[in-house]
Amino acid sequence: MSKFEFPPSIKSRPVWGTLEPRPGKHHLMIAEAEGAEAILEIATPDLMAKTHLIFIAKGTDYGPKLEALNPMQFRETPTYGSAVQRIERVLSDAAMGLQLYLTGTEGMMGQVMQAAVTAGIPHTAIQTEHRGSVARRMQCVHCKGITEDVEMDPFQCSHCGLNLFVRDHYSRRIAAYQGVCIDAEDPGNVPAPKGIYE
Amino acid sequence: MTIQFNDETFREDYSFKNSPWAIKRFPFPFDKDDYMYSVNMEPHRGGREGSVFQNRFDVDEHYVSEMRDRALVLDNDPLRCQSLPHMTLAGWDLLELIMVAKSEDYPDLFELHRDGNRWRWVNKPMGIDDTFTFLDEATLPYGPMEYITRQAQGDWAVLDQRDDNLWMDAGMITTQADWSLDFDIGMNFFEWHAPVPLAHEKGIFVRALKFLLNIQQGAPARRLNWTMTVNPLLDTSPENYHKWGIQKTTLTPENIGAKQHLRVELQTFYRLPRSNAMVFPIRCYLCAFQDLMTVPKWGRRLHRVIRDLPEELATYKGFIDNRPMMIDYLSQFDDGLPTSPGIWPDLDTEPQLQK
Amino acid sequence: MSGAEKIAVRVTEITPVNDLITRFRFERTDGGPMPMFSGGAHTVVEMKDGDVTRLNPYSLMSDPMDQSAYTISVRRDDEGRGGSLFLHNKVAVGDEMVISYPVNLFPLDLRAKKHLFFAGGIGITPFLSQIKQMERTGGKWELHFAARNPGLAAYADTLTAQYPHHVHVYYDDDNQRIALESLLDGQPLGTHIYVCGPKGMIDWVRNTAADLGWPREAVHHEEFLAPKPGKPFEVKLAISNKVVQVGEHESLLEAIERAGVDAPYLCRGGACGQCETDVIDYDGTFIHRDHWLEEDEHASGKKIMPCVSRFEGKTLVLDR
Repeated sequence: MSKFEFPPSIKSRPVWGTLEPRPGKHHLMIAEAEGAEAILEIATPDLMAKTHLIFIAKGTDYGPKLEALNPMQFRETPTYGSAVQRIERVLSDAAMGLQLYLTGTEGMMGQVMQAAVTAGIPHTAIQTEHRGSVARRMQCVHCKGITEDVEMDPFQCSHCGLNLFVRDHYSRRIAAYQGVCIDAEDPGNVPAPKGIYE
Repeated sequence: MTIQFNDETFREDYSFKNSPWAIKRFPFPFDKDDYMYSVNMEPHRGGREGSVFQNRFDVDEHYVSEMRDRALVLDNDPLRCQSLPHMTLAGWDLLELIMVAKSEDYPDLFELHRDGNRWRWVNKPMGIDDTFTFLDEATLPYGPMEYITRQAQGDWAVLDQRDDNLWMDAGMITTQADWSLDFDIGMNFFEWHAPVPLAHEKGIFVRALKFLLNIQQGAPARRLNWTMTVNPLLDTSPENYHKWGIQKTTLTPENIGAKQHLRVELQTFYRLPRSNAMVFPIRCYLCAFQDLMTVPKWGRRLHRVIRDLPEELATYKGFIDNRPMMIDYLSQFDDGLPTSPGIWPDLDTEPQLQK
Repeated sequence: MSGAEKIAVRVTEITPVNDLITRFRFERTDGGPMPMFSGGAHTVVEMKDGDVTRLNPYSLMSDPMDQSAYTISVRRDDEGRGGSLFLHNKVAVGDEMVISYPVNLFPLDLRAKKHLFFAGGIGITPFLSQIKQMERTGGKWELHFAARNPGLAAYADTLTAQYPHHVHVYYDDDNQRIALESLLDGQPLGTHIYVCGPKGMIDWVRNTAADLGWPREAVHHEEFLAPKPGKPFEVKLAISNKVVQVGEHESLLEAIERAGVDAPYLCRGGACGQCETDVIDYDGTFIHRDHWLEEDEHASGKKIMPCVSRFEGKTLVLDR
């Protein structure tokens, strides 16, 4: 599957990279759905023998292929929610030198990145590669509620119901983009939604 | 002089007003007849007597009412004041900086008595007399940054310095020009300025950061920034934009002089001693158009600046829709005469309006 | 104006620490309190040695919250241009001097869950103030201190006595060496490394950490260089339209200042970047010694740090 080319944007918008093997004794890879393909591209027997691989399947069937790479530890979970506790535990036990690889949607990568930064890994040292959906994790700046998997702009906040404009301004600490009321100065005048990258 | 504190509001009935004294000392931000971004920094070491630059942290007639407004904002939304865990030491640095400066610059209003780490702080305008142990959070009702910035006008961004960048890791932000601390906390200098148009391309932020990283103890710096606000509303937050945004549509040719305010930020920058962090106080001053027009030089100049401002800036600053009405109003106060250089009102030397 | 704010001080104590190192205590001449500082900060000491004025950076080693005085420790460099020799031989108790406000180019990262300090020889000094800061604010730390022998390991005795569980000392003459790889292995996430010492030691710690996968942001280092003597050369200052001869025992920055040209500076040890100067034209070879410019900038012939770097050749024109 080809990778999505994100258009150039402002400086707070995260820039996702391309995974590459790095030196280190311990490696933690977290792949979500199509992110499995990015892992398959960099996997070598030597690297996987030092790797704890967590696969968030989200209904995809990459699991057996990943397990066949013979990672040191392997865990498949159906959703991000079912992987969170395990990820946090692995990070709390980890030592300096751990190499972290994230691949999948922006929402998953952003949330793991936040947990890893809290655990003590500088965000610039975390490798990422975007794969799969380009939907965004959005925070409503008004009610603070988070709406997952937003594909259209504007969209309706799933918490307070305001019509929100999708900004490129992104907070690593919240792992979300900012949504701001679009019709505050002209209530009811909400443009027809279209895809964020259309 | 003894300051007569106003009893006024910055919401609902908007009883805020500037006295003639406050108008004359208003920090008019335009030193010439046009405006573009620049790294307009200068040392912050006093200034003209009576001006807002004279003291380290200016206290004026709005002090008590501004602090009351801040308390209301925090009651409604405590997330406007946040400090990441590693910023506590910087909070103590800031508490000391403000207490020392205020007690030295305004001895009739504030007193600081220190006996080792046992400190007594007296804030007469707010009726506070507290004794606490320096560096012991348990002896204050709030964390050190929140405690002191509930008693100091303007917003306070506290920036950690590391990896050749500044990080917005703590702040008390309730009088902001439409940005959210809760969203921006933890960002670096380029990230929290990301939404600002044009300035990145002009290299403004690269140069500004280089300057700020090298600000050292004992040598603070300052600059002015500005925007526009309809009604004297201090809390123009993104959080409440869905409530206040509509006010921008209430301007009419009849009420614009009273309702439209020029909003100026006196931004200062201090290196903090124990933490090596920086504090970035952002002090907001509001002045109604009709009050500004009592100074002939400002009337001429404001018209020219607003008329010629690039469209992106008027959009970013949120007044593109109201700009034609502003220009109509301001043009009445521009007779085409030249203006003297610099920001000062020059009331004695600049001619009265010739029309 | 260039450099940090100045403080007029009097030398109130001079204490030999060992064969090479002497400690100096400075108090304000006006009797006021010294500014507080953060662990790892330095001060720039002005030395008026006859016609020559030298400004050298020294790490502050006193308690950052003690406002009665600053102390520094200076290692005598018999081969150097004389800054340390001046302090050792010509400064006496009671002398009045000028030092700068504290500047910190080697601060603690206060987010760190643990601070791992590596010191070599006189490189112990910034850690002395950092340790005092950690002890006051409750940070977790560990020191690994390498020196030639006990006679040259300044402050090793007091540190070991005060913090027996935090301090580990290694003597080269006894073939003791920091077991770096095993030490770095298994440090908890959020540990930060700080190294101050000779260049070889700094490189060894940084490279070993990088090989073990440590992020660059978690490894901090500081090394002040003293300007080295070298062949005299001529420099043309384009903006001020002056031609200046740089003497054998003078740095390029000092020569520019002697010519009455105000050039920016802060640390004068090749670390802070303030004096970075554009080269307009040259015919010859640069002797770059700073830690500020990247390798490709050194190779470009377009920039020089005049505090520590020199030039050999026919023509050098600077944008100053």
